[in-house]
Amino acid sequence: MNKLLAVSPSPHVHSGESTKRLMFNVVLALVPALAVTLFYFGVGALVVTAVAIVSCLLFEFLIQKYLLKVKPSVTDGSAILTGLLLAFNLPSNLPWWIVVIGALVAIGIGKMSFGGLGNNPFNPALVGRVFLLISFPVQMTSWPLPVESRMSYIDAVTGATPLAIVKEGLSKGTSMSQLAEQIPSHMQLFMGTMGGSLGEIAAFALLIGFVWLLFTKVITWHIPVSIMSTIFVFTGILWLINPEANADPIFHLLTGGVMLGAIYMATDYVTSPMHPKGMWVFGVGIGVLTVLIRVWGAYPEGVSFAILIMNAFVPLINRYMKPKRFGEEVKRNG
Amino acid sequence: MSAGMAIEVLSLPKQVIIPISQHIGAPATPVVAKGDKVLVGQVIAKSSGFVSANIHSSVSGTVASLDAVLDSTGYKRPAVTITVEGDEWLPEIDRSADLKTDINLSAEEIIAKVNEAGIVGLGGATFPSHVKLSIPKGKKADVLIINGVECEPYLTSDHRLMLEKADELMVGILILKKALGVERALIGIENNKPDAISHLQKVAAKYKGIEVYALKVKYPQGGEKQLIKALINREVPSGGLPIDVGTVVHNVGTAFAVYEAVQKNKPLIERVVTVTGKNLPKTANYMVRIGTPISHLIESVGGLPEDTGKVVNGGPMMGKSLNTTDAPVTKGTSGVIAFPEKESMRSEVKPACIRCGKCVSVCPMGLEPYLLNRLSQRKMFENLENERALDCMECGSCSYVCPANLPLLDYIRLGKAEVNAIIRARKN
Repeated sequence: MNKLLAVSPSPHVHSGESTKRLMFNVVLALVPALAVTLFYFGVGALVVTAVAIVSCLLFEFLIQKYLLKVKPSVTDGSAILTGLLLAFNLPSNLPWWIVVIGALVAIGIGKMSFGGLGNNPFNPALVGRVFLLISFPVQMTSWPLPVESRMSYIDAVTGATPLAIVKEGLSKGTSMSQLAEQIPSHMQLFMGTMGGSLGEIAAFALLIGFVWLLFTKVITWHIPVSIMSTIFVFTGILWLINPEANADPIFHLLTGGVMLGAIYMATDYVTSPMHPKGMWVFGVGIGVLTVLIRVWGAYPEGVSFAILIMNAFVPLINRYMKPKRFGEEVKRNG
Repeated sequence: MSAGMAIEVLSLPKQVIIPISQHIGAPATPVVAKGDKVLVGQVIAKSSGFVSANIHSSVSGTVASLDAVLDSTGYKRPAVTITVEGDEWLPEIDRSADLKTDINLSAEEIIAKVNEAGIVGLGGATFPSHVKLSIPKGKKADVLIINGVECEPYLTSDHRLMLEKADELMVGILILKKALGVERALIGIENNKPDAISHLQKVAAKYKGIEVYALKVKYPQGGEKQLIKALINREVPSGGLPIDVGTVVHNVGTAFAVYEAVQKNKPLIERVVTVTGKNLPKTANYMVRIGTPISHLIESVGGLPEDTGKVVNGGPMMGKSLNTTDAPVTKGTSGVIAFPEKESMRSEVKPACIRCGKCVSVCPMGLEPYLLNRLSQRKMFENLENERALDCMECGSCSYVCPANLPLLDYIRLGKAEVNAIIRARKN
């Protein structure tokens, strides 16, 4: 035996799990929602999605190659995912150059300025989205109507989102029963027949993706379930107190990107807590903040801001929400 | 892969290399000189303290040297090399296959016998067994736990032993129970070995106070603390021992060795070793004399295939990779695994931890490997101690699941060594 043997510390085997596989599974989970949005928003959805993904990839590549001078890692799938999620948070009639600016902010400021994948405190896609929302409030809050605007892009027929209708109406003193005709039914909301950003409309498609993510063990249920149950309980209490001045909890769950945010944005590995205990704190925080913004704040929806605010608390949560150490408490009940 | 292969007695090699330190604790002191004739079972190195173990010759022949040789750790360590001549055993060893069920010795005599026979934990930890049987003053055990989990994937030596030597195993357990003065013994087996579970359940019915339990398959279920938790739901406190929660854990291989020592006068001179690997011509479970060069086991299965890149002594998760197959089988060798070239090298490390939390969710000790990794890299050893780095048992689960392929355990090991040094310095 003269052959040289490799010597390395254990373990000698690996699960084969990779960052790339995780990222592509999330992208795969978003395919049903993408199909739905292409069905409702047609050309516009296609343009916005394509521009967002391509520019995210391009900016990541350029920044890594020429600014940071490191080996570009665009193939790890994270930039594609950021682009897709950014597109899902935009209206389908958004001019392409605004999408490009959003991608630059998402990748350049949201991600690369902190050191790239794994180091960013805030969800990059949401950083991009919120930047655009504040910089281009008009373009960012004109929402094409589904189906009707299928064959058009910039010139799409627009209308208010269900949440905006409710917010506007309630602030003028209109009651929920008077607003009922103007807002879509729960079934329509579930199937996605409403105005809104690309990815927020079809709850059922997003839930199919959720099942896929759980099945492939990409995420655990803790964050989505804690966010949704908090929103459900909080808005449910408000609704029980006064059903005329508050929308019902199911309406809240199905609108304004709760599903998209809870399942795909808040669960972003980098910007969410490491441990289930912390995930609950994080999720409940997002739920409470979302409802506070929606009911008492200036914006009709609030998921993006709620997630970004809670992102800032993640290091603190990780510090105090530790897993239960083995042997911490001695049980004697054998 | 090798679970279906019955235990075969491996042929004698030309020469055996028997290290004088095959256990945790002080190395034994050699009591033979070059040129001495030895018989099978003869003591060649004496235990040199309470936590130490006798070493016996596993063959008959002439002592060729007492020099240091490369052992499975990759270091040169003192060992007794014996040239094999024939196979003559000490006359007092009962080599018949008859089952002896009557236990005539008292508890003290059993412990003395186990000590004499040089028995150590055969699951891989190699802690001297008589120490575990001598319960310190003020502590009490109420249950004996027998580890039939097979500590790691790929290994099947315990599995085969349970199938083929069930009665001897049961008597061994009765002996251990008597030594500890406990009424109950629980055998834990993972339910991916249904044949072993049903067989042992049947056999256990003939003996008093032995229960067999099927456990969920979940590495590292065979970790001592995990096994205790799974079987009797007690958690060994951080830094504590099983006896702190009223139990003692022994491996099935150890129980079998205890049977042979107490009932047959046979010291620990051989053990079951699994030889396996994807591309090996065949896999096997061998009854191997201690000190047999690992190359002899490999030749017996047809030799290493061309594309072998790594040979591991032990399991895939915690075993040590060998730099030479001339290293001998020791008391702690549960298996030998040959890995093909392309599985031997670490794959490329991805640049970043994506904070997925998978390492946290798999850590059996409830630690945060990503954090320990980071603290160790930044040399923040005080923090590392506070984060309970020393509770880490190096099972390798964190490195195994890491999607970024980070060498988490490598850095944690490094950090643990530093923390241990700090603690020692504090005591002085």
